[in-house]
Amino acid sequence: MAESGVFSFEQAGDKRLVIRLGGSWSLQSRLPPVSEVEQRVASASRISFDAGELQRWDSSILTFLTKVTELCRQRQIAMDRSGLPPGIRRLLELSEAVPERKDALRQVTRQPLFERVGNATLAMGGGMRAMLGFLGETTLTFGKLSRRQVRYRGFDLSLLIQQCGAEALPIVTLISFLVGVILAFVGAVQLKKFGGQIYIADLVAIGIMRDMGAMMTAIIMAGRTGAAFAAEIGTMKVTQEIDALRASGFSPMEFLVLPRVIGLTLMMPLLCLYSDFIGMLGGAAIGVGMLDLSWTVYFQQSRNAITLTDVFGGVFKSMVYGLLVALSGCLRGLQCGESASAVGNAATSAVVTGIVAVVAACGIFAVVFYVLGI
Amino acid sequence: MRHNGNENGGGAHFTVHDLTMAYGDLVVMRDLNFAVKRGEVFVVMGVSGCGKSTLLRHMIGLNEPAAGEIFYGDENFTRADTERRQEMLRRVGVLFQGGALWSSMTLAENVGLVLDEYTDLGPAAIREVASLKLALVGLKGFEDYYPSEISGGMQKRAGLARAMALDPEALFFDEPSAGLDPVSARRLDDLILELRNSLGTTVIVVTHEVPSILAIGDDCLFLDADSKAVIARGHPKELLAHPPDPRVRQFFTRGEEARS
Repeated sequence: MAESGVFSFEQAGDKRLVIRLGGSWSLQSRLPPVSEVEQRVASASRISFDAGELQRWDSSILTFLTKVTELCRQRQIAMDRSGLPPGIRRLLELSEAVPERKDALRQVTRQPLFERVGNATLAMGGGMRAMLGFLGETTLTFGKLSRRQVRYRGFDLSLLIQQCGAEALPIVTLISFLVGVILAFVGAVQLKKFGGQIYIADLVAIGIMRDMGAMMTAIIMAGRTGAAFAAEIGTMKVTQEIDALRASGFSPMEFLVLPRVIGLTLMMPLLCLYSDFIGMLGGAAIGVGMLDLSWTVYFQQSRNAITLTDVFGGVFKSMVYGLLVALSGCLRGLQCGESASAVGNAATSAVVTGIVAVVAACGIFAVVFYVLGI
Repeated sequence: MRHNGNENGGGAHFTVHDLTMAYGDLVVMRDLNFAVKRGEVFVVMGVSGCGKSTLLRHMIGLNEPAAGEIFYGDENFTRADTERRQEMLRRVGVLFQGGALWSSMTLAENVGLVLDEYTDLGPAAIREVASLKLALVGLKGFEDYYPSEISGGMQKRAGLARAMALDPEALFFDEPSAGLDPVSARRLDDLILELRNSLGTTVIVVTHEVPSILAIGDDCLFLDADSKAVIARGHPKELLAHPPDPRVRQFFTRGEEARS
């Protein structure tokens, strides 16, 4: 009996119903169903309460009574609360003191398909405009840079160069080596069928130098540095640090975006060259370890397979990728809303935008290089 | 140059003329007109969410007016280009609600950044000036701390030191006592008055702290969210004694009268 809250009914007179409340009401035990009350009150015109056997209570009884109140209001049944303990009465009054704001409740309406498609299209247009605006502003800022009229801290730039250069080496090493290994593996199985193991060196060298080195580095940097840019700038927006910059007469474009774009665009080619080298080492590890080629033969073969044009093509691509990743990171950071979850969204969106831009650019490069015969 | 009818000419440091503020289609305030006299402590008050902070953001160019203009002295701030605006902003300092210190820099670097940018002082001199400003707000010895290493109240004071770095002619405060204990809030009020009295700085404070308003305000503006307009204007003690509107009385008395 004392385990959970109970209630019972007592018919007092013709149309009067007394609800007896007893036991210990607690949120820990289950909430009693109101449906039972619903059936009983149907015939009553007035209800009152008797809380004589009530031992302990908390919000569970308030929730129950609120529902009963709601019920009574709907059916226009008079309700007498004098039988309730004073504490419960006061809390109920408090919860009713400010009337429910009907307009505050969000209308959750399902939009028709066409409306949703239309809204999404309009939003996309707005997003494109914002992106173009950002690109324009960045271009203007670089124009000012060439006239030496920009304000940013040199120390920030060197710190950023360290962050997106040297500090990225371990992860670039790991991924590039594995990509080299995977390329060699995939090729080895096929080439072995007709005894062309030696061409594994060509496959890996050309694949890595022309595309995979730059692309994998760009994807690593999008996940690592692009997200960091967005999160950092987004947080600065939340804490009003960007407002403080603007109020002090500094442009966030010059102060935050410029050093980040310069830092990453400068570091990417170096990372890419490094990644190319490590990737070829990965390929060689398979060639030497599994296919019984000698190191000398493998590297001789690789050297013959690639030209300087391949190398510079890859390095040039990586520079463009670096620019794209840095721009998407900064753009999403500056577009960030003003809450903690907005910062998370900004970081996610920066990575997605960065990777999409990199892969799209990669496709465009493939066509352009083919047409130009490079 | 236009002035509010009841202002006497040359004394106005800031003039807001027919300002309408809006976020998209949502109008916050309509047709605001007021002038802030040089060297006075001007308080913008009102209940939470009435657009006080938005007004401050408009006055320092962080938000663009939907209509109307803001003048710094005789110069039109709203119509000025970016370069000119940045120059005008150098003559004012802003203390944001949470301090908004640049988290990647030490306190001395925070204070020194504008000095480095806008003066010809060398690094040693900048450091000395920064130390002096930090000493003024009671943070001597914390020059090399990062904002994350000090308490919220200290961050706020450091934010004030940064706002004062270039000896601005005017200081803007967004909720200066928010998040401070009563004693620290009182000290900040004293500091604001001291700055005004010794340097003649014009001070514009956005707040809803009644004790603070009564202690420092020379003139104040009461914004009302429902009517999107100013419903009271004048010396705070005057407004307390003779509230022109029941909403103003409620504000000053914490709604006590409405209940009894």
